[in-house]
Amino acid sequence: MDSVILKTAVRFLLPLLLLASIFLFLRGHNEPGGGFVGGLVAGGAIALYAITRSAAAARQLVRASPRLLIGSGLLLALGSGLAPLFFGRPFLTALWTTTTTAVLGELHIGTPLLFDLGVYCVVTGVTLAFVFTLLEE
Amino acid sequence: MFLWLWAILIAAGLAPGVNRVVGSRGGWGLALVPAGVFACLLKQWASIVNQQDVSAYVDWVPTLNLAMSLRLDGLSLLFGLLVTGIGALVLVYAGAYLKVDDRLGRLWAMLLLFMAAMLGVVLADNVLTLFIFWELTSITSYLLIGFNSDRPESQASALQALLVTGGGGLVLLPGLILLGLAGQSLELSDLLSSGDHIRQHSLYVPMLLLILVGAFTKSAQFPFHFWLPNAMAAPTPISAYLHSATMVKAGIYLIARLHPILGGTAEWFWMIAPVGTITMVVGAVLAIRATDLKQILAYATISVLGTLTMLLGIGTEATLTAALAVLVAHAFYKGGLFMVAGAIDHAVHQRDIRQLGGLRSAMPATFVASCLAGTSMVGVLPTFGFIAKETWYEAAGDLPDISFLAASVLCNIGLVAAAGLVCIKPFFGSRTNATQQAHEGSLALWGPPTALGVTGLALGLAPTRISELLAAGSRAIAGRVVPVKLALWHGVNVTLLLSLLTLAGGAVLYWQRHRLKVVFAADGRLIRYGPSTVYDWLLKSVNQLARGQTAILQNGYLRFYLLTMVGLTVFSVWMALKGELQSHLKPMPFDFHSHEVLLACLILVAAITAVRATTWLLAVGALGVVGYSVAAVFVLFGAPDLAMTQFVIETLTVILFVMAFSRLPDFRRLSSVRTRGRDALVAVVAGGTITVLLLFAMTVRSSYPISDYYVTHSVPEAHGRNVVNVILVDFRALDTLGEITVLSVAAIGVYSLLMLRPPSQADKVIHSANGKADSLQDNSPAAQHDAAADHPPESGGV
Repeated sequence: MDSVILKTAVRFLLPLLLLASIFLFLRGHNEPGGGFVGGLVAGGAIALYAITRSAAAARQLVRASPRLLIGSGLLLALGSGLAPLFFGRPFLTALWTTTTTAVLGELHIGTPLLFDLGVYCVVTGVTLAFVFTLLEE
Repeated sequence: MFLWLWAILIAAGLAPGVNRVVGSRGGWGLALVPAGVFACLLKQWASIVNQQDVSAYVDWVPTLNLAMSLRLDGLSLLFGLLVTGIGALVLVYAGAYLKVDDRLGRLWAMLLLFMAAMLGVVLADNVLTLFIFWELTSITSYLLIGFNSDRPESQASALQALLVTGGGGLVLLPGLILLGLAGQSLELSDLLSSGDHIRQHSLYVPMLLLILVGAFTKSAQFPFHFWLPNAMAAPTPISAYLHSATMVKAGIYLIARLHPILGGTAEWFWMIAPVGTITMVVGAVLAIRATDLKQILAYATISVLGTLTMLLGIGTEATLTAALAVLVAHAFYKGGLFMVAGAIDHAVHQRDIRQLGGLRSAMPATFVASCLAGTSMVGVLPTFGFIAKETWYEAAGDLPDISFLAASVLCNIGLVAAAGLVCIKPFFGSRTNATQQAHEGSLALWGPPTALGVTGLALGLAPTRISELLAAGSRAIAGRVVPVKLALWHGVNVTLLLSLLTLAGGAVLYWQRHRLKVVFAADGRLIRYGPSTVYDWLLKSVNQLARGQTAILQNGYLRFYLLTMVGLTVFSVWMALKGELQSHLKPMPFDFHSHEVLLACLILVAAITAVRATTWLLAVGALGVVGYSVAAVFVLFGAPDLAMTQFVIETLTVILFVMAFSRLPDFRRLSSVRTRGRDALVAVVAGGTITVLLLFAMTVRSSYPISDYYVTHSVPEAHGRNVVNVILVDFRALDTLGEITVLSVAAIGVYSLLMLRPPSQADKVIHSANGKADSLQDNSPAAQHDAAADHPPESGGV
């Protein structure tokens, strides 16, 4: 699509949207957000980029193919579920560890974060798979 | 004992590598593994013969009370020795048989896998463990029969074997479960003590019937025998091993194993002995009718399997021992004969006996092996086959009913003639066109059958040691000590005379075989109505049924799917609500804010506009308004997560539509007024139903909502204040895992719909105005909506 306005806008919007998607993903555990909506925003941002340039350009921007994103996302989610088995806990039980950092204070980090990252990857990958197949068909 | 199984499995894993590095000679090395297990089994001989069984036990799934338990007694030892001993020889033989084939590694691997499974069957003490190994033998057999996977007849035969034996396995499972329920234990060693109780149980007959179907299909008993001759599509080492010496005896093993628990009743006798007798005679007749070497051997095998079934079904001490003797003799001579047939096939690429002759001078070593096996098959002094047949005749002669003995003699006359077809016809007479170029194979080709033949001879000459083993085996089958005293020479008595009669009859039959052609030409019509035809008809009907119902249910029209799904949902909701509505549905107070009413009106107007739109842009825009307004409803009622997702989804939908616009055909009305009327009716009824359902759901609460639990436990247990997200990634993470999997599958679906169409059809769908066009454009947004729809139930509750 040859629209100078859209092209220029997307150049500025893309990094902002991607930042927003990561922001949504990270705040998800305490405020509205999470891996699902974060992934959708990322997918939407790249979709905009793909419309204004081309699917090939967007593929180059993402580097990882949608297939890889979907697969690794599923594996991540599954892996975070399998991890507790090694500690004698049931499948998908959350494991937590607490660390204290200078900037953010006390932080709880656990396998649900990995799980949500998996969701994020799958959703982004699926969106991109739709977008790329539609554009390249 | 687990170590033995592991050793064979590891060897199976290494086999392809061995073939790549060492080549076909690696068979000698691989054979060391089963030979080692064979030696370990021999070491247990003394304790087994002295009535001390060996067992091993591993907890498998303790919560389900499932254990992996193995036990070695006389019967297991006998089978285990056969499985590993013949297995080692077959590995060597296979190396020479498929010398120049790069699939040899795969063949070795599968043979070893099968060996582990078969050893598992005969060692298992837990019936479920037994069943799992049992099914593994079916599966490996399927892979092995279909070894020449590029040939259609191999594929069909493999499938047939799998369907028949696998189907039998499915019938066997409930039988074993009933057995476990009746005996209140899954361990065979425990069940032994409750045999009386099980035989009195009200489920005894169904249990026995189910188990026997499993055993009969596996051991190719009439009318399930037809898969075995077809299984000869497999390379000969496989036929020698699976389809004569071991796997087909699994059914026999099962019957023998369960005899002390289920046997000794009239039902046992009448369900087993007649089937065995019919199989025995049918097999012998079909054997002399066949002209292909391997087919003759296959039908002869069926006949012997029938004999074993008959002897076990009769169930006197003498017949049980005779069954074991026949089984051992058969394993040696039939394994050997298959290898001989394979060697001939390997040398002259011909298995039709009418084309074979004069091979005696060209292949002397093979001829010797063939003679050794053949004499055991016809039962001449001093082979073990002779002893086995004497024991068999003697046991059958002791019965009050003479018919079993008569059938046995008849069957053996047929088998003697069949042995003549296999062992005499190819080697004597003048050379034919096919055998002009014949040459002797390598040691690995004629060595293993000779070894089997020599063993058969040695066992006949010195039967004391094997008597010990047969006694131990009979003890396991009979459930009490059975004296077994095998001897080569019993003096001149009735059984010896019967043996001579059998030989003479067989010789006459072989000599006069050309006269039989007339008979066989006539019964060809009968065979056309055989069980094989029933199988073909069943297979065809199932396929037809599948095609028919697919054509109805999966007709490719999206509108049909939607109508079905919506209609069924509405129907089932009303079925559930029927009668409950009046008591629960109360009028609700009308206290809405004005902006809420406005929003509702907006949604309504936008929805109607979308339906009546005449351009793509208007339709998409109106749909977008509906979506954003619904998101606004979520905001108003405190579901920010849901609202956010909905906004993003709507935006993405618009982006995707923009991408699709350029490819869409012009906007057109494709449905008639009547269709639109129908659709409107369905839509209104569905929407109304959901409204009623929601109103109803608000008035009935049978227990406390779970959302309170989530709210109170979210921070202390999952360290998150956003309850929605905590539910998604922690409390109900399994659901989410399922949802992202569905999402991935949807992506694959969209990809294949858009990319994998043949190009010409793709153009047709886009440019023509047929009804299927709208199914295409609906697809991606529909998938997107599905993705969003996964989440509202959880978020909405909070």
